[in-house]
This record gives sequence, C-alpha cells and structure tokens, in this order.
Amino acid sequence: MTMMSEHTAKAFDVDLQELSRMVAEMGGRAEKLIADSVDALAKRDGERAKRVIAADVAIDQLQREIEDRAVLTIARRQPMAVDLRAIVSALRIASDLERIGDLAKNIAKRVVPITGDFHPQRLLRGVEHMATLVLAQLKLVLDSYARRDVAKALAVWRGDEEIDAICTSLFRELLTYMMEDPRNITFCIHLMFCAKNIERMGDHATNVAETVYFMVEGHSIVDERPKGDTLAALATER
Amino acid sequence: MNTMVKMDAPAKEITLQHGVKVVARDVSVYYGEKRALFDINLDIRERSITALIGPSGCGKSTFLRCLNRMNDTIPIARVTGRIEIDGRDIYDPELDVVQLRANVGMVFQKPNPFPKSIYENVAYGPRIHGMAQSKADLDSVVELSLRRAGLFEEVKDRLADSGTSLSGGQQQRLCIARAIAVNPEIILMDEPCSALDPIATAKIEELMDELRQNYTIVIVTHSMQQAARVSQQTAFFHLGILVECGTTVNMFTTPTDKRTQDYITGRFG
Repeated sequence: MTMMSEHTAKAFDVDLQELSRMVAEMGGRAEKLIADSVDALAKRDGERAKRVIAADVAIDQLQREIEDRAVLTIARRQPMAVDLRAIVSALRIASDLERIGDLAKNIAKRVVPITGDFHPQRLLRGVEHMATLVLAQLKLVLDSYARRDVAKALAVWRGDEEIDAICTSLFRELLTYMMEDPRNITFCIHLMFCAKNIERMGDHATNVAETVYFMVEGHSIVDERPKGDTLAALATER
Repeated sequence: MNTMVKMDAPAKEITLQHGVKVVARDVSVYYGEKRALFDINLDIRERSITALIGPSGCGKSTFLRCLNRMNDTIPIARVTGRIEIDGRDIYDPELDVVQLRANVGMVFQKPNPFPKSIYENVAYGPRIHGMAQSKADLDSVVELSLRRAGLFEEVKDRLADSGTSLSGGQQQRLCIARAIAVNPEIILMDEPCSALDPIATAKIEELMDELRQNYTIVIVTHSMQQAARVSQQTAFFHLGILVECGTTVNMFTTPTDKRTQDYITGRFG
C-alpha cells in the first residue's frame, strides 16, 4: 500500500503516528518478554522470571495509554474509513499484545515451581523451538503492521500451522514421560501449560495479522485458515 | 475472529425495493463559457436520502438545482443532458415548471420564511395551487404539514405570530413544513443545517429520517458526519465530475476512489 498523503489537520497525523508508535513499542516489549520468559524457563533462572513478571506491568500500562489516546482521537477527529480502521486496529492489536504479555508472565510464574532433577533437555528444546517460531511470527506481523504490508500479514496468518504441530507432538512426548514415571507429572504438567501458552501467543499473532489485513483492505480475510487439529491428533494417542 | 464491521442495519440500508425516482444522464451545466458539471450520470432512489458531498465549487449544489430547474432562473446557465423524474423528462418544454417545483420542494441553507404568520407561511402554497376547498381544508393541511415537520406542538398556540419570530431551527422546520404543504414527492435540501446549532441540527436530521418513509430526499451537505448519519446513498463530486457514488455504508468505510478516500478522511488539497 502506498503511504497516505497528509491530513489537512496536521495534528491528526500526529495522533495516528503516535498510536502506531505506541503499538510498535508494545510489540517490542512483548517480544522481549517472550524471549526472557522462555530463557528463564530453560535455565530455571528464578531472578530473571521475577523480572519478566514485573516487566509485564509496563505492557499493561501501554495498553491503557493506547486506549485513552484512541478514544480521545475518535472524539476529537471523528475519523472515517481508513483512519477509523487504523484506530480500531490499534485498539485490537494492543489487546492481543497485552494477552501475549500475560501469557509470557504465566510462563515466568512456572519457573520457580519447576524444581527437582528431572529436566529432559529435549523437551525444553521443544518449548524453546516453539518460542523461536512464535517470535518470528510476532516480528513479521509487527513489521506488516508498521509497513501496512498485507502480504506479510497473510504469511503470518498461514504460518501458525507449524507451531500447532510442534505443540501437538510435544504433548505426545510429555504424556509418555508421565506414564513412565508419575514423579515426572508435576514437571510435565507445568511444561505442558508453558507449551500451550506459547501456542496461544501464536494465535494472538494471527489475530494481529487479521487486524492488519482488515486495516489495509477494509474487509476481513475470507479464506479458510489451515489448522492442525491438536485435540483430534491427541485422541489417536490412546 | 471476525474482523468485518457489520454496519448495515437492515432498516438503514438501501434495498432493491427502492425504485429509481430520478435519473440523470450525461447532465452538464455551463455558466456562460464556464462548464460547471461534466456528464453526470446518477440514479436517485425513491423514499431514501441521497447525500451529495464534495469540496466547495465541486458542482453539487449546481446539480441539486438542476433537479427542480432552479438553474433556469440564472440567465447565463445552460443545462444539457437528460433528467427524468418517474420517467418524465423534466426539461421537456411542455412541462409546467411551477408544477415541477411543487413536486420537487426545496429547503435552503438559510431559513427563509416569508415575513408573514406561521400559518400563512404554510398555507400560502396550498392556496395558490388551489389545493384546499375550504378554510377547514386549509387548516388541516397546515396542521398536518406542521406535524410532519415536527413543529406543530411548539407553535400550535401562536400560529398567528410571524414566522421570523421563531428560532433558526424552528424557522428551518417551518420551511420544511412549507415545502411539504404542497404535497411534493421529492425534497431538495441545500445545506439545511449549516446555519443551525447542534441540537437544532439533530432535530432536522431526526425529521429527515422520518420524512424518508414518504419522500425522496436529496441533500447537499458539507458535513461528512451528517452525510454518513442521515443518508443511504452518497455521491461524491469533485471539480464538476461525479467521482464516486454508492451506498453510504461503503462510501464512508471502503470508498474505491482515492479522491473520495482523501476527501472523507480530511486529506484534500
């Protein structure tokens, strides 16, 4: 999409640019939170986990600021068409990013309870791999937002399948460890929630992709999204 | 996640039940040497509100004035092309222009009641058109017109007072009652709210929403929000050209022409 020309009222452009900047900042903070929480989990670094939990507050604060600014801009400018979609999209994306922050915080909260000697590196590698993929998705979708790039947004929207597939195979593996030795259950359950949280982050990234598409095109994506059906795949395990 | 904003509440949406009331084909207007409109093709649907928007000097008022041949009153104005109302060419030399202007009423930017009583303002048209047989007939036409214009309750005890003693918003509704009194099918409004405060504007808009059950309304407005609020169909004019026309929902959410987009989002010029 070509860049829009400027508004006659320059202050309106400033409002819209500031909203985009705040969303970008929120996105950057969410990325860092994901990386830090998974790192803390892999290294069982309790101090780092605490910092993640504390850092989530800043993301929540940014979301409130975006909401305030968006409401004020709507009241002041009565935006139409592409401008209205830009503001509504900032609100939506902010709420997805806020959820991503919460999910990262949730992972960080599980770092301390996971103690003991049973920590198969292979499982942790799996979770880390998922996180790497989600981070790539999030980076791409934030880029698509900044550049109003529909092609990138669609790539993110279609790219969620792989994360779901890894999540499913990780579930399978965790089940076998739990059946092997009930003492593994606590660790495995925690890790299962972490994997699920990362998988949910991926879903929020695809929500953002849908919002970017809507913002640019003025209508929602009509295509059917490819999905790996996690629950059905697990049912065959029995 | 469903990202589509569903704005078209059924009652507000224009549908195929609305037949075409006015057809404009290749309409051009010249003021002397200067061409003000270029080959306008537009269908206006019955019992709905069509908004004409665009920057000053774009030709929207000129087009509106073609619909009841108000441009005839300007000596240097020349209209070419074809305009039909219910299939009848309104520029047919045989056509009675006085009858046309009764059928196509007009409300102007500044309320312009006659310097007569409230009653006489409304009664004048029906009387000269011979539409009332008796005083009782005339009384009922006046009351009905004032009621339809949402003014009767406010003025019923002072019908003998001068029309000019009313507030601006009331005067504008009086002008609408005056237009309605001669039983038109089409009402043209040329920026009817631009001289009114927000409350009076809201009352006129509310009235328009009621009137469109029975009348075809064409409104020229500079307020994009007003066009978006009241109309079902919107036409965007620029430099004498009809750039884009469509349902109001689409025009204000996903216009197809970049000029329309730039204008409605405040990026013009």
